[in-house]
Amino acid sequence: MKILVCISKVPDTTTKINVGEDKKSIDSKGVKFILNPYDEFAIEEGLRIKEQKGGEVTVLTVGDESNQDILRTALAMGADNAVLVKASYDFDSFQVANNIANYAKKYNPDLILLGRQSIDFDSFQVPSLLATLLDFPSVSVVSKLTIDSNKIIAERDIEGGKEIVETSLPCIISTQKGINEPRYPKLPDIMKAKKKNIEEFPFENTNKYVEILSLQLPDKKRVGKIVGDSDNEIQEIVNLLHNEAKII
Amino acid sequence: MNKILIYLELNNNIFKRSSLELITAANNLTTKENIFGLIITKNEINDDILKKYGLQNLIIVNNLPLDNYSSSAFSKIVNQIARQLNIDLLLFSGNATGLELAPKVSVLLDAAYSADTIGLEKVNEELIISKPVYAGKAIIKLKLNKQIKVLTLRPNIFTAKEDNIENINKEVYNVEISENDFKEKVLEVKRNEGKLDVSEADIIVSGGRGIKGPENYYLIEELAKVLGGAVGASRAVVDAGWRPHSEQVGQTGKTVSPNLYVAVGISGAVQHLAGMSSSKYILAINKDKEAPIFKVADYGIVGDIFQIVPKLIEKIKQIKG
Repeated sequence: MKILVCISKVPDTTTKINVGEDKKSIDSKGVKFILNPYDEFAIEEGLRIKEQKGGEVTVLTVGDESNQDILRTALAMGADNAVLVKASYDFDSFQVANNIANYAKKYNPDLILLGRQSIDFDSFQVPSLLATLLDFPSVSVVSKLTIDSNKIIAERDIEGGKEIVETSLPCIISTQKGINEPRYPKLPDIMKAKKKNIEEFPFENTNKYVEILSLQLPDKKRVGKIVGDSDNEIQEIVNLLHNEAKII
Repeated sequence: MNKILIYLELNNNIFKRSSLELITAANNLTTKENIFGLIITKNEINDDILKKYGLQNLIIVNNLPLDNYSSSAFSKIVNQIARQLNIDLLLFSGNATGLELAPKVSVLLDAAYSADTIGLEKVNEELIISKPVYAGKAIIKLKLNKQIKVLTLRPNIFTAKEDNIENINKEVYNVEISENDFKEKVLEVKRNEGKLDVSEADIIVSGGRGIKGPENYYLIEELAKVLGGAVGASRAVVDAGWRPHSEQVGQTGKTVSPNLYVAVGISGAVQHLAGMSSSKYILAINKDKEAPIFKVADYGIVGDIFQIVPKLIEKIKQIKG
């Protein structure tokens, strides 16, 4: 089975965000970038399927040279090949999906795995965009995946429960927390991964659909009424919930 | 924009509140005759609630070859309807269904897509969209450079407003769809029985590390019960195995915007704030007055949660009579 895992690089959640000089993007000075946490589940799931059923795992990312490190992390975890679709400028999610589709048409994977969302723009959209571009079925936010020859049963998290979805290969799955526990790469594998070849694939620069006009920090915090734990003070909060918030 | 299509959803054959929110959002952008609701279902539906919230046109699609939901097949149906009606803006709810379906529709329609909309305004005939990024630590404003635009709206941000109309124009459309278009099929929906889910609740009470152990979670459950809300949890509590992942609020859990969010013994790590800071009101209870949760709270009580929560429950019961 040929498995393509698509990953991305994002600012660490705990990083402080400052507005950049263009007022449209963040100031990346001092920002720590990491492998998108949901993509770790996608890599791990790809590796487990390969270990069970044989085949190969190729990891791909769209971005500039600095994305080599997340590809090497995936190689150290056990991926066989790494592909950098090299773009040195800004691109939107549709362009990401379009470029993954370009590579997939050449590579012909049986299964494409991605994280459910990247934690920078939190849009959940690339798996579905890619599915339609390739005319593949897809299931998003999957917390359990079973593959039996060509048939796939995926459990997908929805509001207040789960959907059990049946589909078949080739298909696209986006991974949710709970699907597996991603492994930590071992030191010798990290050293080996540094020497591995990373294939470059050309970026097709189509028109951008999304034009960012401004990026701002959210309005300054709410002016909170913070009290102690005396009876009267707790009563005051309950009264506010009743009279001001009108919730009780 | 000229014509808006709203993707309507049912839960137990009742229109979801998030669908009504879309009607209000659309009514704020254009006149009623240019707004079309679409419902894809084989069931008989009651449209009274749609009239109450001011939807003038309803398109019904019921000639489905299968009963199963399928994002591939349904995206093709929406595409056909949108093309027939010359729609240039499509609105979906930003729930599990919408987030999966809307991007598919956008590709079929050669449209531009943006997710998680929290603000929508028309400035000089141009649609300006606001959306949180970087776990809510920043907000971007954007526009979409395509004639047809597809959006998902974050639930419970655009309040549904009553806007009674007398008559609703209903039309049944036939679509060309075959069993082969159902590339993936939902076989079964497993509901978490007897439990209100955090993503569907008006009020949520969540516990964090400060609750000290699963045996103390009854405090959270009781407070949720008197408030008529759902039980949530922080990541620490879920990772410790005290509560199921379905209750987790935050970046690796669910993003919620209830009317009231009560955080009990939760310090307020940025990952947690990402999942709940757009709540309308936030009440925090924590022993550490420096805890970051108090910076986003409307109301806060500093002290021992094991003393405070029982008193809070008593006082709420008194008010509720």
